[in-house]
Amino acid sequence: MSEVLVVVEATREFGVKKVTLEMLTLARELGTPSAVVLGGPGAAEALGATLGEYGAQKIYAAESEEIDGYLVAPKATVLAELVGRVQPAAVLLASAQEGKEIAARLAVKLDNGILTDVVGLAADGTATQVAFAGSTIVKSKVTRGLPLVTVRPNSVTPSPAPATPAVEPLTVTLTDADKLARVVERVAEQKGSRPELTEASVVVAGGRGVGNADNFTLVEEVADLLGGAVGASRAAVDSGYYPHQFQIGQTGKTVSPQLYIALGISGAIQHRAGMQTSKTIVAVNKDAEAPIFELADFGVVGDLFKVVPQITEEIRKRK
Amino acid sequence: MNIVVLVKQVPDSGADRNLRSDDNTVDRGSANNVINEMDEYAIEEALKIKEAHGGEVTILTMGPDRATESIRKALSMGPDAAVHVVDDALHGSCAVATSKVLAAALGQLNADLVLCGAESTDGRVQVLPHMLAERLGVAALTGARKLTVDGGTLTVERQTEEGYEVVTAATPAVVSVWDTINEPRYPSFKGIMAAKKKPVRTLALADLGVAASEVGLDGATSTVLEHSKRPPRSGGEKVTDEGSGGTQLVEFLATEKFV
Repeated sequence: MSEVLVVVEATREFGVKKVTLEMLTLARELGTPSAVVLGGPGAAEALGATLGEYGAQKIYAAESEEIDGYLVAPKATVLAELVGRVQPAAVLLASAQEGKEIAARLAVKLDNGILTDVVGLAADGTATQVAFAGSTIVKSKVTRGLPLVTVRPNSVTPSPAPATPAVEPLTVTLTDADKLARVVERVAEQKGSRPELTEASVVVAGGRGVGNADNFTLVEEVADLLGGAVGASRAAVDSGYYPHQFQIGQTGKTVSPQLYIALGISGAIQHRAGMQTSKTIVAVNKDAEAPIFELADFGVVGDLFKVVPQITEEIRKRK
Repeated sequence: MNIVVLVKQVPDSGADRNLRSDDNTVDRGSANNVINEMDEYAIEEALKIKEAHGGEVTILTMGPDRATESIRKALSMGPDAAVHVVDDALHGSCAVATSKVLAAALGQLNADLVLCGAESTDGRVQVLPHMLAERLGVAALTGARKLTVDGGTLTVERQTEEGYEVVTAATPAVVSVWDTINEPRYPSFKGIMAAKKKPVRTLALADLGVAASEVGLDGATSTVLEHSKRPPRSGGEKVTDEGSGGTQLVEFLATEKFV
């Protein structure tokens, strides 16, 4: 079976991201998965065990200060060279900002089609995508070149398939064109140990109804009890209640967790665009006519300042 | 500074959007078409830079005839001129081909800075800025929530999942922006009147040296095989809190095995 390249998405804080494990799981259906680590010195060693556990037969390790030191372009250059050499059956990247950007450059370098926001991929290269804020399901195919797809987090259930991957170091040869956008500084803003928003299986989100920034502790408390991530509607972010990187909606993150809890969110179409593919949705809102209730599997019409403390108390009791 | 802002006309994301049943492309005919919201932030940023450093702001749009409405709307915010790439052969172009056409157009415009929205609300594909940078051999500073111009040096704060990165590059460069970067101005009455007289140059494929066979549905690098509407969600149980709403909600979560 031919190789399928999975470009590893990882963070310093959490290591290999879940979407990478999803991609390895998906890749096993298409061929033999090889993980590609593009990062600073030592990056592959830290991630090797997890990648092997989920079926990576090989790890290509491109490690260089320059890969971390410049935005996106070096990663695309290294990847293009690798794709040219091993002629994989497919290339999978995470459907997040950087994964899409690497894929974009790769598509131009190879004059190859690209499919983003893929939630399923068949052995013949037919991809399933969701479009228009989750309202439309599309089957599509790359018709020039190999299947180059970006996979949306929470699309596949990761399953282990232990392997002992061989590590193959890649030589990193960059041109001046790869070194135009220099990263001067990286600043961590992530709060605490909550899971990353797009990967979390539980998301608890607050809206304008939360009232102010301090009250967001109510939302955070529910999230922490359920091991979930915290999100916010655009209205809450625009009002300064919560930072923008946690915004869910048409102009923010798209999430698709097992459980989505909307607190004080009316459910404007802009918000629904980012969460309506969640498996189970529950909502608390004081307005019985709020559109969020059209989506909610369970809804409570009431004052969130009364209902939410009762939720946290009841969850604690049951633990 | 010579700034070009990429503006895309998209179907209103606040209304029902569809793919066409005949050729699987975005149904623009029956939609209310508007400027891609994120592009308004790019226009605002361009105008602010012009106000601070001087220069000229040009709108660049690729799209059908009706995109003219969006171009005039964009101009009413204050840009100086527009270029409209319009050609029947472009219908159904994929992202790879679109980047080829826009790169060819940018090649004629001598921009120091190309600004655009980080993504469009229709495709949300987010690939164009890096595709253009790759083709033009210039830097791409993408996902900016803040942009600083200092002579020929651009510095952005780029939102990431862990926090943010500070990234810098020399002009010429492509910069894409999120809606956190500024608050777009509303067109004034004077702006709307002035927009009607601003120059809008149209370019066809022949003017750009791109062959019709490289674009459109026939030249696309990917194809939609089929599409269907996802069945709409139906609301489930809704209770009014009379003192036990929170408990009832947790009971529901328990039956679903979340607690």
